[in-house]
Amino acid sequence: MNNYFYKYEETHPLTWRIKKFKKTIFIDEYENKRGYLALKFALKNLSPDEVVSIIKKSKLKGRGGGGFLTGEKWSLIPKKNYFGKTYLLCNADEMEPGTYKDRFLMEKIPHLLLEGILLSAYAIQASCSYIFLREEYFLSKFLLEKSILEAKEKRYIGKNILNSGFNIEIFIHTGAGRYICGEETALINSLEGKRPNPRSKPPFPSQSGLWNKPTCVNNVETLSNVPAIILNGYKWYKNISKNNDTGTKLMGFSGKVKKPGLWELPFGTTSREILEDYAGGMKDGYNLKAWFPGGAGTGILTKHYLDISMDFNSLNLVGSRLGTGICIAVDNKINIVSLLLNIEIFFSRESCGWCTPCREGLPWSVKILKDLKNKKGRIGDIEILEEICKNLSIGKTFCAFAPGAISPLYNAIKYFRKEFENGIDFNLPIIKNKVFGIQSNNLNNI
Amino acid sequence: MINDKEKKFILKELNKYENSDAVIVESLKFVQKRLGWISLDTMSEISKIISVPVSKIESIATFYNQIFRKPVGKNIIKYCDGVVCYINGYKKIKNAISKHLNINTGCTTKDNKFTLIPICCLGNCDNSPTIMINENLFSNITVKSAINILESIK
Repeated sequence: MNNYFYKYEETHPLTWRIKKFKKTIFIDEYENKRGYLALKFALKNLSPDEVVSIIKKSKLKGRGGGGFLTGEKWSLIPKKNYFGKTYLLCNADEMEPGTYKDRFLMEKIPHLLLEGILLSAYAIQASCSYIFLREEYFLSKFLLEKSILEAKEKRYIGKNILNSGFNIEIFIHTGAGRYICGEETALINSLEGKRPNPRSKPPFPSQSGLWNKPTCVNNVETLSNVPAIILNGYKWYKNISKNNDTGTKLMGFSGKVKKPGLWELPFGTTSREILEDYAGGMKDGYNLKAWFPGGAGTGILTKHYLDISMDFNSLNLVGSRLGTGICIAVDNKINIVSLLLNIEIFFSRESCGWCTPCREGLPWSVKILKDLKNKKGRIGDIEILEEICKNLSIGKTFCAFAPGAISPLYNAIKYFRKEFENGIDFNLPIIKNKVFGIQSNNLNNI
Repeated sequence: MINDKEKKFILKELNKYENSDAVIVESLKFVQKRLGWISLDTMSEISKIISVPVSKIESIATFYNQIFRKPVGKNIIKYCDGVVCYINGYKKIKNAISKHLNINTGCTTKDNKFTLIPICCLGNCDNSPTIMINENLFSNITVKSAINILESIK
């Protein structure tokens, strides 16, 4: 049996090294706690294909919101690269309202991310990696820069790493504040110095991405899972989960809860457990009215769904998404229409404007929601909102921004229609009650 | 005017990327740190250094919300208007700051000391409501603490 593989009962691959979530783990402490062992083992004993195969077998899914199988994504990268270079991009442009998991990982254990990047880069034979970091994460930038220097000194980053012949450079690239940069292809455009509009697919980034070279984009949390899987094996990784989605996930609750925060929990944990056992339940004087499973871009759910298992499939089945897995509690003192107005103002502000449904549809929804909030809505407004939701759904727009933007609205109308109806002023004349399509010139023909 | 230090920084950044367009954002941010905002003159100077047309630099500068195309105050106050801060009452904080400084969102005080702007979720929801002043993040803000912070900034 290999020295590196031994029976290890650890159940928290991301956070077990962090004591009480306080201090940052730098290289000495990280190495003392089995840090960079996975890298050493992989470079010495595993071929890049074997690393891909282990991650494939582990069924690790992307933690940035999409949930695509990471191993499958890696295997799309051409094995023989005729273009000279392959890129690995780390998506650290965390701007989803209600999400703070990547910041936590980068601030507390930056070397785990670096080791994840190194292993992933080795697997896809990338020679250059960029961490696309949100500009406002100043502390994360400082800590990552420091960690990169530390890792360079120990020869984990650079040329001929640990005499394996593997070379890699890691750079930090900070954005300048646009939510759309978190979208895979918009991120690539932004890095290239273009306006960050999403690209049409195909070609997929794995074939033609950054500077037309094969490129893989992975989220911070996804990459941070890789070292533990290599070190402990895919069977171990599967076993720490409670259900079909493997491994653990950073999950949490924010809003009017007693102890807002995040915890590393196995898939299959229910949202009620997170809310009551970890976040301490709602604050005194507040009751739970609704909740978001994973950021503002996921479908809002009522408290009747609290016993649902926090995983990709279960949430899809009830018309929502796991998203980033960090739940938001909406209390009984919040008006749903006003809340949705806040969300849609955000999405409308952040739309890149590249495709018409998103550019026109989101401001339209904002306008209607403003009217409903001010009790000046007209009969038919809710139906128009529903029509906008249909026209911005998956497949109707260039990227997943708009479907994410309207999914909370769609669910809110479904579950809290009464509150929307309360915003209608029945004294105002009826203009329309049905809209086909969202182009304004269509309205006259109805 | 772009100084030698900035020019050196921009040229050094070029080594990180395959094309010079990729340094536009970093160059704009670096120069903005000293000048406060990005004028057309600044852009044409950057354009000369990295050999990218001014129009292209402008198209980038106008896209991102943290590149300022008008003069701003010495201190930039960014209040998070994300959904969690909404639930936790960011509006009260924003209104208090606005009243204290006598400016609306997007405006700068007469003495050029403060500019108030909104920002996407700052990833600090477990300590919401939250504001950022320049590079400093302030957590669990109340109306009182917001005013105290503003008064402590010289």
